[in-house]
Amino acid sequence: MFYREAGDYKTTYAEDSQTFPLKLDRYAYYTLLAVAFLVVPFVINDYWASAVLIPFLIWSIASLGLNILTGYCGQVSLGTGGFMAVGAYAAYKLMTSFPDLNIMIIVLLSGAITAAVGVLFGLPSLRIKGFYLAVATLAAQFFLVWLFNKFEWFYNYSASGQISAPTREMFGYEVTGPSASAPAKYMFCLVLVLGLAWVARNLTRGRIGRSWMAIRDMDIAAEIIGVNPLKTKLTAFAVSSFFIGVAGALFFAVYLGAVEVGEAFGIQKSFLVLFMIIIGGLGSILGSFIGAAFLVLLPVLLKNIMAGALGWPIDLAAHIELVIIGFLIMLTLVLEPHGVAQLWRVAKQKLRLWPFPH
Amino acid sequence: MMDQFLYGTEAAINGLMTGVMYSLVALGFVLIFKASGIFNYAQGVMALFGALTLVGIQEGQVPFAGLINAIFGTNIQKFGWELPAVAAIILTIGVMILFAWLVERLLLKHLVNQEPIILFMATIGLAYFMEGVGDLMWGSDIKTLNLGLTQGLNETIDAATYDWFGYGFYIDNLDITAAIIAIILVVALTIFSQYSTTGRALRAVADDHQAALSVGISLRFIWVVVWAIAGFIALVAGVMWGAKSGVQFSLSLITLKALPVLMLGGFTSIPGAIIGGMIIGVGEKLFEFIVSSSWFGDFFGFTMNATENWFAYVLALIFLVFRPQGLFGDKIIERV
Repeated sequence: MFYREAGDYKTTYAEDSQTFPLKLDRYAYYTLLAVAFLVVPFVINDYWASAVLIPFLIWSIASLGLNILTGYCGQVSLGTGGFMAVGAYAAYKLMTSFPDLNIMIIVLLSGAITAAVGVLFGLPSLRIKGFYLAVATLAAQFFLVWLFNKFEWFYNYSASGQISAPTREMFGYEVTGPSASAPAKYMFCLVLVLGLAWVARNLTRGRIGRSWMAIRDMDIAAEIIGVNPLKTKLTAFAVSSFFIGVAGALFFAVYLGAVEVGEAFGIQKSFLVLFMIIIGGLGSILGSFIGAAFLVLLPVLLKNIMAGALGWPIDLAAHIELVIIGFLIMLTLVLEPHGVAQLWRVAKQKLRLWPFPH
Repeated sequence: MMDQFLYGTEAAINGLMTGVMYSLVALGFVLIFKASGIFNYAQGVMALFGALTLVGIQEGQVPFAGLINAIFGTNIQKFGWELPAVAAIILTIGVMILFAWLVERLLLKHLVNQEPIILFMATIGLAYFMEGVGDLMWGSDIKTLNLGLTQGLNETIDAATYDWFGYGFYIDNLDITAAIIAIILVVALTIFSQYSTTGRALRAVADDHQAALSVGISLRFIWVVVWAIAGFIALVAGVMWGAKSGVQFSLSLITLKALPVLMLGGFTSIPGAIIGGMIIGVGEKLFEFIVSSSWFGDFFGFTMNATENWFAYVLALIFLVFRPQGLFGDKIIERV
């Protein structure tokens, strides 16, 4: 079986416009899902869950969100950390105010609250463009973090200023709190990732996604052909903030369990997510996952090699990590400004002709 | 009330001085943005790198000592000499020029004609890279910068204001030095760009890349020059901030403070950078003073503190909604 359309007969429009039109792609995707749902939960241990898999899933959601705003709609945002903080604090307030509410509903509601905040901070994007907007979103970052530190209501007047997630269950399994098991946390994040990725994929190839891309490519021209910039930009901000809010809620409730806002959702997190989508690929769903996987795995790998195998001091390893990440970003931009996802696209084009290129 | 007014004035003057320090960083941004349309996020890290290099050279540290020790199991730290400040400054300037050349050679050359946002992200990558390299070269401990700059209370101003108002203002000598240096820098830059051949070429490039190329100006040479000047300004900013709070990682975060300054002043205007810096400096100090004062608490029922973290951004944001190109920026004209 070769990697191409020939021989794969489509008989309905739905089949014709499916996400993976090629048989091999489709099988690969189903295999991946089967492994993720049926194999990984049974072999996962605490180290893999907390060091690699759960952060990867959560950062994938965040980078999907930012990719919608920056990659698809062209509005650069440096406020990701602040919006994640909104998601986290919304989840915390909801969890403590409504103890009986299902955790899934809480996470989705936190996303909705973040979406509202995102729209608020997205309003200036109608006047402010490009770099000016990037810097303006920093206002969201610093203001929100300050707000959550300053007003004690947000952390229920706790003495430490931290928020910590109480235990909540889903189908009888604990997914948050100190005694939640790794497979339960993993499955909870996985279901959300799958659902949100499906939403993102279908939004971006539909009417809304096309209007985002029209605004990204040239906003004035888009306006002239009838794309409403107000609606388009604000929906991008809303959807993107929803994703980022969900990621923030998961990051707090499922992954860390207890957070201090300045430390967990600082400006570094905004840059981290931005790097994920640059390395992965702007304007690509697959790219969001590749970028997240890359930047989650790289530090773990480097730490294990340098601190573990070679026995170097940890601070030295941290510096080398900075150098390598910076270098990789520059290298990606020089070699392939559209990220790793573009390499994948090119490879697929080549594969379609192989082994008879002419 | 008179007391409050005096405290407010003191806060405003101190804000003005801090604002000048912000402007020092913002100046480097403006220069690079004008000449190459690159929004250089790495400016703050360049300041850190410059200051680190200066201290390292002055104290005779072995570059990459930590790395060498880790790989070869040796224990070397210093060459064992102490250079005079002037020699160290000259050597550091040399390093910054070399850095400018390398950046042009290895990075910018390959990114010509890319979208501005790609270039911006490349400089973020550069910032991370340099931060790591700086730490690897000189170590990440907090260093003190010793260039013989006087620090602390300026007694002349203290005594004079005490005579006039019965309350001595606290103005730091270092801030005054920084303000004077900033003024000298701006004057020198203006003279350089108005009267020297290279300066004129620089302005030509800023006006129009294509036209400048067609009259025989080497774009690549100009970029090296601009990055070298920006590196020099970063060094000055790094020295001033480093003398104030020690040479450490947080120095690179002044970039974030310089961004609202730029937005307010406009990305393309040197006077804008200075005036924007002053507005932000005075604004954030006065705002903090007002919202943390007791009569604000009496009036609104709560007081706020540590507003300096976000005030500058929110001010710039509100300001931009009304004037998207900043105070002195070129008018943004969009065509299809």
